Amino acid sequence: MLKIDGISRRFGDVVALDDVSLEIGQGEFFALLGPSGCGKTTLLRIIAGFETPDAGAVTLDGDDLLSRQPNRRPISLMFQSYALFPHMTVAKNVAYGLERERLPRQEVRQRVGEVLETVGLSAHASRRPAQLSGGQRQRVALARSIVKRPRLLLLDEPLSALDKKVRADMQLELKRLQHDVGITFVVVTHDQEEAMSLADRIAVFDRGTVRQVDAPVALYERPCSPFVADFVGANNLFEGTAVGLDGIRSEEFGMLPGTPLSELAAGAKALLAVRPEKLALADQDAARGLAGSVLDVSFYGGVSHISVDVPGRVKPVLVAVQGASAVQAGAKVKVRWNAQDAVIMAVDQ
Amino acid sequence: MRRSKLLYVPFWATYVFLYLPIVVLVVMSFNSGDSAYTYEGFSLKWYGELAADERVRDGAVNTLIVAAGSTVIATVLGTLLAVGLARHTRSKVLDAVSLMPAVLPDLVLAIGLLVFFGLIQLTLGLYSVVLAHGVFAMAFVAAVVRTRLSGADTSLEEASRDLGAGPVATFMRITLPQLMPGIVAGALLAFTLSLDEFVIAFFTIGNAEPTLPIVIYSMIRFGVTPKINALAAILLLVSFTAVIAGQRLTKIGESRAQD
Repeated sequence: MLKIDGISRRFGDVVALDDVSLEIGQGEFFALLGPSGCGKTTLLRIIAGFETPDAGAVTLDGDDLLSRQPNRRPISLMFQSYALFPHMTVAKNVAYGLERERLPRQEVRQRVGEVLETVGLSAHASRRPAQLSGGQRQRVALARSIVKRPRLLLLDEPLSALDKKVRADMQLELKRLQHDVGITFVVVTHDQEEAMSLADRIAVFDRGTVRQVDAPVALYERPCSPFVADFVGANNLFEGTAVGLDGIRSEEFGMLPGTPLSELAAGAKALLAVRPEKLALADQDAARGLAGSVLDVSFYGGVSHISVDVPGRVKPVLVAVQGASAVQAGAKVKVRWNAQDAVIMAVDQ
Repeated sequence: MRRSKLLYVPFWATYVFLYLPIVVLVVMSFNSGDSAYTYEGFSLKWYGELAADERVRDGAVNTLIVAAGSTVIATVLGTLLAVGLARHTRSKVLDAVSLMPAVLPDLVLAIGLLVFFGLIQLTLGLYSVVLAHGVFAMAFVAAVVRTRLSGADTSLEEASRDLGAGPVATFMRITLPQLMPGIVAGALLAFTLSLDEFVIAFFTIGNAEPTLPIVIYSMIRFGVTPKINALAAILLLVSFTAVIAGQRLTKIGESRAQD
């Protein structure tokens, strides 16, 4: 549906986007994920028409988008700041886009009423944006964007301005809404949890390039580059050299068990990544595992995070266990994992 | 921390220094005696004489015409100038040049305009003063609107474009309403500036009927009379009203804009 082909954009010496290509399907909930300054917002603004790329093409169902003015694209953008018009009521804000299409008044009123109903703000139609809470403002922005029935809805950090509890509610609501209206959603976010819980597929950005495009589970379980392994979710990373199919050789710790994602030449530089929840703590007398001492135990309700200081590592090893943990800070332990739970990837030279 | 009472002394001294002459002027305008310097008792007779003076009445009418006309010119052009500078250039030089008429000595501006009007062979009259005051006040309007624009959120304009509005509709429906408090404040400033402007008006009016400040100037050559005090008090009232109205409107506009 939306095809992004070889888009590049630089600002002076800074490369914001470097030959980015993506394809997004009809009805998909797609996330552009990356740290701030990675170019994801620039790409969003190029799709919306507020930024012009130096090279590349963007097409929507085969139609060239770049040659059209922003007001002539069948796309809506929901701004990070929501950009609600402060001098208009909620109903006027939502009606703005329809009035520009010169639709009959009757139809405008009906569609505004319907969409306010959908987002649960019918009672607030005559309020002004300043009289609404953050969550309500966000829903107005959403209503204003979807009332025009765009082919594609772009959302720039849609939940970043909300507090944690409201954010969880809005996440569910966004998903429900996307399902109900059937519009293709492209969301930009720096929050990997948000991307994973919302999106069907995620493109991970790093310094202007796409590192990996995958479904959330695949991205989490089989990251194919060190950047993705580190950025998406918590991870314990070990450097070493590739040896065979069941591990890497690390200078400090000897053989570490793991499964290579692709065939690696023996002796090539490799990185082993193992998720905190795949790690197990064992007694210090256990036969295998990395010896260390518990630095800190944090209880989060459902899970506990235990950081273990392993001599020879700069960062402590993070272990996640279900429920409350029996170990205490200072305890001598061993950390171990199974070969199939750790992934090994090549490190770019 | 306890604030020293001594700090209030320069504060009040400044106020007295600023406003004592004005208070004296207003009080003396109600003087029943003939002198502008010794108060003899309350009377409204000078206001009566003022109303009867044809030159003053004509001058007031001319001044209002000039102020109204130049305010319209200055507000429209000043607003467009501010928007153009803020949205369509990054040049610091253009920015600085736009403020020139405001910081230039009036005398220089007046001579420049006079020479320019001569060059294009424009016969001088009330309308040439309207044009001259328009140029002069435009810089002030642009400066006031400019400060509002710099605080304005460009994403509102982008949102409008995104929702299908063209550049003109976006300007009329989103940008202008956002700027309105600044525009109103700028217009009132332009109006009060033109109201008591003397130098530029004096240079560019030619042989036309004079504006009020020029009338006052010619009256004062024969000494200050309580009649002039009365006139000044009225001017003061008009200016004050305009300034206070401007502040009020700006505040209303701002609280609306934040709503």
